[in-house]
Amino acid sequence: MRPIGKTFVSVGLAALAAAAIAAPASAKDTVKVGFIGPLTGGVSANGLGGRNSADLAVKLRNADAEAKYNYDIVVFDDECKPNVAVQVATKMAADKDIIGGATHYCSATAIATVDTYHKFGFPVIVWGAVLPDVTYRNKYAEIHRVNGTMINQNDANAELISQLGYKTVAVIHDTTDYGKGHNEYFSKALAKIGKAQIVGTFGVTADQQDFATELTRIKALKPDVIYFGGLTPIGVRIRSQMDKLGINAVFDGTSGIVSDAYIQGLGPLAEGTLAFREGAPTDKLPGGKFFMEKYTAQKYDQPPEAYGAFAFAAMNMLIDSIEKVGPDRKKVIADLANVKDRDSIVGKITFDDHGQNAVPVITKYVVQDGKFVEWDDSEYASGKRKLPGQK
Amino acid sequence: MTAGLLAQYVMNGLMLGMMYALVAVGFTLFFGVLDVIKFSHGDVLTVGAFTALATYVALHTAGAGSRWLELIAMLVAAILAMAFLGVLIARYLVLPLRSAPPLNTLLITLMLGTVLRESIRLFYPQGANPKPFPALLPKGSIDLGGFNLRADNVLMLAAGAAAIIGLQALLNRTKLGLAIRAVAQDEETARTMGIDFTAVVLVTFAIGSALAAFAGVMNGLYYNEINFGIGLYLGVIGFSAAIIGGLGSVYGAILGGFLFAGLQVLGTVLPFASAYKDVFAFAVVIALMAWRPTGLIQEKISERV
Repeated sequence: MRPIGKTFVSVGLAALAAAAIAAPASAKDTVKVGFIGPLTGGVSANGLGGRNSADLAVKLRNADAEAKYNYDIVVFDDECKPNVAVQVATKMAADKDIIGGATHYCSATAIATVDTYHKFGFPVIVWGAVLPDVTYRNKYAEIHRVNGTMINQNDANAELISQLGYKTVAVIHDTTDYGKGHNEYFSKALAKIGKAQIVGTFGVTADQQDFATELTRIKALKPDVIYFGGLTPIGVRIRSQMDKLGINAVFDGTSGIVSDAYIQGLGPLAEGTLAFREGAPTDKLPGGKFFMEKYTAQKYDQPPEAYGAFAFAAMNMLIDSIEKVGPDRKKVIADLANVKDRDSIVGKITFDDHGQNAVPVITKYVVQDGKFVEWDDSEYASGKRKLPGQK
Repeated sequence: MTAGLLAQYVMNGLMLGMMYALVAVGFTLFFGVLDVIKFSHGDVLTVGAFTALATYVALHTAGAGSRWLELIAMLVAAILAMAFLGVLIARYLVLPLRSAPPLNTLLITLMLGTVLRESIRLFYPQGANPKPFPALLPKGSIDLGGFNLRADNVLMLAAGAAAIIGLQALLNRTKLGLAIRAVAQDEETARTMGIDFTAVVLVTFAIGSALAAFAGVMNGLYYNEINFGIGLYLGVIGFSAAIIGGLGSVYGAILGGFLFAGLQVLGTVLPFASAYKDVFAFAVVIALMAWRPTGLIQEKISERV
């Protein structure tokens, strides 16, 4: 009896094994990929838009029958705070099942976490932070970035300000790495052109409520333009307090205020605000139409915001690499190092030796009728409407 | 500097100072009657501001009439709710710990502050994001050569001053005020004179917390934006203001509030970088405290509360 019983068991096991082998034909191995962005706090609109966009990249891939793996997205909230970011980055990188991540909208969090990713050998593609140091301060093979840096946007910003004939600029920047970087690169760019000068520079804390005193000093300096290097929440406060003090200068922001939340927070007061961002507007991107269609079809609660397309591209790129070399961090890093002219919805991506994608296009925006409109298409550029003091 | 600009700085300072003073007076009241430091005071302010906002949202979606009506409803709701919260805190957290070391009260209220703050973040809809606060006061303004005099600022200053004068009248002209002062002066004697000690403490906490709610609504109306973190910063500043003024003295708290606002304004006007204005203001406060450890209006020469 015994041998027969044994045979029976082995046959049973063999059948089970066969079933297990056969199964992957329909159920593929699951690979975990990570996403980090600010999901709560003042800039959460951008974080949620990025999260949805990365999620969309994963969903589309899972729907693709050709894909070798099934992907699972693990999402963490960095709250746009460096200390929180280091914690969640460590948590993500320490989880061996997560192969790589699309990480960070805020420069302050992106720069705080680069060492963590390096230490763990965890490949990340930054999808929003614009501080040059994120990629250029070190030569970490783990860090890549699909969007451009603030150097490019500040060059474009200084150029437009000079071109419009403005002579005096007051600078307000927050004292995080993001704000300080903007102050530095904008000041340099403006000095290089040499047509306008900075009449005062004011550092403010990122959670400051009251700007009345800074703005009163600025009012006395009578600048044509108030340049603001910082993010949406204090951008909204400063613009609204400018109005309360009766300051009629152009409000000139950076990529940090390019979000629907800025316009919602201000209403009609947002009109005429300038802002600059790297990359083309989503609807003018090579894959913009495709992206927006798919995004809309998912019925997310929030819009993708300005950097959603970059988050989508970053996540898609990470998945492409995993498809190519398998779920192995080292191999993914090696693959990403050789990215050249790779197609993405934001255009061709080529990483330089620091993992930085060179983005040639900078979009100049102006708020017109409650929307960020491309400067060149706006009624301000055509002369139909005028910014304060525009010649 | 032109006169207009100077006037603008003074106005900015007055608005800030009024908010700080209202918070500082609360700290001083609690310390006066009970010798405790209630660190959740700033977060009570935040809860008050959010209560007002929720009231506004509810009324507005229900389509309730004029903005004055909405404003009054917001103020009443916030003040009553916070007065009640103050009573609860006093009854269930502060009074039971009377015989414990004062540090315990400080710690328990500090933790309560975190609970209140995080509860707004987690349970108020989209509580982590900054919330636009309705601008319900008249927006008219006159430009007086560099000085933008706004009707809403004038109204808020007047309302703040009225609140403080009202408190003074309450403390100095009423029987309740007499009882509060008696308890502050000497608890034992007050008890033997037939004053209900517990009731006086509860009422004092209600008044202090109502003032915080008032400051919270004022903060929202002034900046047209509130977030779950506003009370943390205002609490620290209000507490410092109460200390430099001389903890336990209402005049001291008011003086401290305006002094602190003045220092912050000065820190921005001075030729060094405005990023250091808080460093400057707090450094001066440290120096003042080293010079006068019991505050500017010292207890010896002033009556408590």
